[in-house]
Amino acid sequence: MKIPDSTKVSPRRWSLDIWDVLIRLSLLILSLACLLPFLHVVAKSLSDDAYVIAQKVFLFPKGFTLEAYSKIFADASIIKSLYVSVIVTVLFTIIGMIVTICAAYPLSRPQLKGRTVITFLFVFTLYFGGGIIPDYLLVNSLGMLDTIWSLILPLSFSAFNLLILRSSIASSIPVSLEESARIDGAGHFRILISIVLPLSKPILATLSLFYAVGRWNAYQDALFYIKHNIDLRPLQLKLYYLVVQASESFQLEATSVQLSNPEVLKASVVVFATLPIICVYPFIQKYFVQGVMLGSVKG
Amino acid sequence: MNNIKPGQVSRLHTRLDRSLLSRDKYKLFLMALPFLALAFVFSYLPLYGWIYAFYDYRPGIPLKDSEYMGFYWFTSMFSNDVRRQEIVRVLTNTFAMSGLSLLTSVLPVAFAIFLTEIRSTFFKRMVQTLTTLPNFISWVLVYSFAFMLFSVDNGFLNNVLLNLGLIDRPMNILASDSNTWLAMTLWSVWKTLGWSAIMYIAAITGIDQELYEAAKVDGAGRFRLMWHITVPGIMPTFFVLLLLSIANFINNGFEQFYVFQNAINMGRIEVLDLYVYNIGMMNSNFSFSTAVSLLKSIVSIVLLFAANHLSKLFRGENII
Repeated sequence: MKIPDSTKVSPRRWSLDIWDVLIRLSLLILSLACLLPFLHVVAKSLSDDAYVIAQKVFLFPKGFTLEAYSKIFADASIIKSLYVSVIVTVLFTIIGMIVTICAAYPLSRPQLKGRTVITFLFVFTLYFGGGIIPDYLLVNSLGMLDTIWSLILPLSFSAFNLLILRSSIASSIPVSLEESARIDGAGHFRILISIVLPLSKPILATLSLFYAVGRWNAYQDALFYIKHNIDLRPLQLKLYYLVVQASESFQLEATSVQLSNPEVLKASVVVFATLPIICVYPFIQKYFVQGVMLGSVKG
Repeated sequence: MNNIKPGQVSRLHTRLDRSLLSRDKYKLFLMALPFLALAFVFSYLPLYGWIYAFYDYRPGIPLKDSEYMGFYWFTSMFSNDVRRQEIVRVLTNTFAMSGLSLLTSVLPVAFAIFLTEIRSTFFKRMVQTLTTLPNFISWVLVYSFAFMLFSVDNGFLNNVLLNLGLIDRPMNILASDSNTWLAMTLWSVWKTLGWSAIMYIAAITGIDQELYEAAKVDGAGRFRLMWHITVPGIMPTFFVLLLLSIANFINNGFEQFYVFQNAINMGRIEVLDLYVYNIGMMNSNFSFSTAVSLLKSIVSIVLLFAANHLSKLFRGENII
């Protein structure tokens, strides 16, 4: 049977209407607004001092040189702060994941009485706090000022991550699977290790990234708690003093001080600090989206 | 075996079960204990510190030797002229920037709708990759980029405009107190736009495709499809996020405003979180700072319950 042309449900027409132009243009502008700052800073960092001073560098490096980067890598204090950031982030993520996993499993089991009360106590921590002064005095009285523990322990538990993992375990691990493991004589710890965790790998990857990226990017607590022991400054705080406040100078060999333009050095340290995030960005894209979806499911 | 009757077996079983279960509950609680302990020490123990808000506490002097002030710090917020002006200014900044971010919360919605209208996977993925990236760099880095682009000497924008002959003297965009609120809002939009859109994109993907087909048969154009099907389809998601941002209305955060502050824009950029830091850590007025953060916490909780109440009223569901 032949269908008359007029009643056919045609796929979207490809004639370019005004909306097509508008949408594409605005998306393109937004993308460029995100790309250009990165390009400009990379260009500056790879350029010769003379071109930067002459204000000739826009989006492409001029007089390509890696000199600024060799200076960054020769600056012991910058490398040290990178090292501090890595150690703190790794320890923070491990501790955060262990306490979160250990708490999320029981809270997802109906056997635990008082789950609602405990969950409520945790959710509350998301919305109020003592304030920075009581926090500071507490960290001080625990003797953690100017130690890496002040950057690890106070933030190592996230009620938000806990809720995500709890609902993920509750919805993805069938009670029957757990019961049959129990009949076979497995304890809770055994069930957690050999059933729950292997089945939750993607969400565990997501939450580890949540913890790690959050820790890597935060500088507020380091600003408060790392006052005198400047060897313990994480990268973001070091960057703050170098670029934002410009109160600290790059540790250069005495001979090259006059020759170097801080602008190029600033640009290269900014790129240096951005690179780690760019490196994990593919993983972030893969797992974060999933986490957001799970987070939007009611906690 | 023959001596045991079925009933006895099941009784034995339940007894075993019960003892196992109670041991289990104990174990389950033990597993949650590390998290509980951390939350107790670092979230609930600081609440004891609120007591400083009722004393004239100076660093170095023990609390028991400090003078008891009662509600002095709270009433001074209103009775002391200097304090009152400060509080009014800080609250104005806080409300203005929170208000602007409520207004701009429709931008991720529009962005998500636009993005899902694109058919080309390559273009779509490229846009999403580029616009999501800024969400994952720190505020220190955001400021560093802002500095490279807009600084008065050798900033990108000034260089371009000078080269084109559009201006004679470089503009000092970062150190200016005009449009500070708008600038801060735009930076936060720049950082979070792509990321905030992800949830809406997911919501749009969940809309029944037959609705679109049916509307098209009825002759609906591109705009009408977006306006009458996509927008209502993501309204529930938008509403939940809106309520959450109402609950966070006075928590603008600290890191963004701390890096962008300077002597010139200070009057416009100082939000509550920054103010609490400046009077507490910079001026060492621990007690007044604690009093302000105490009030802030209480208002936050009230806003949270209000938002939750609204949610129950309109959606029949809790947000907490």
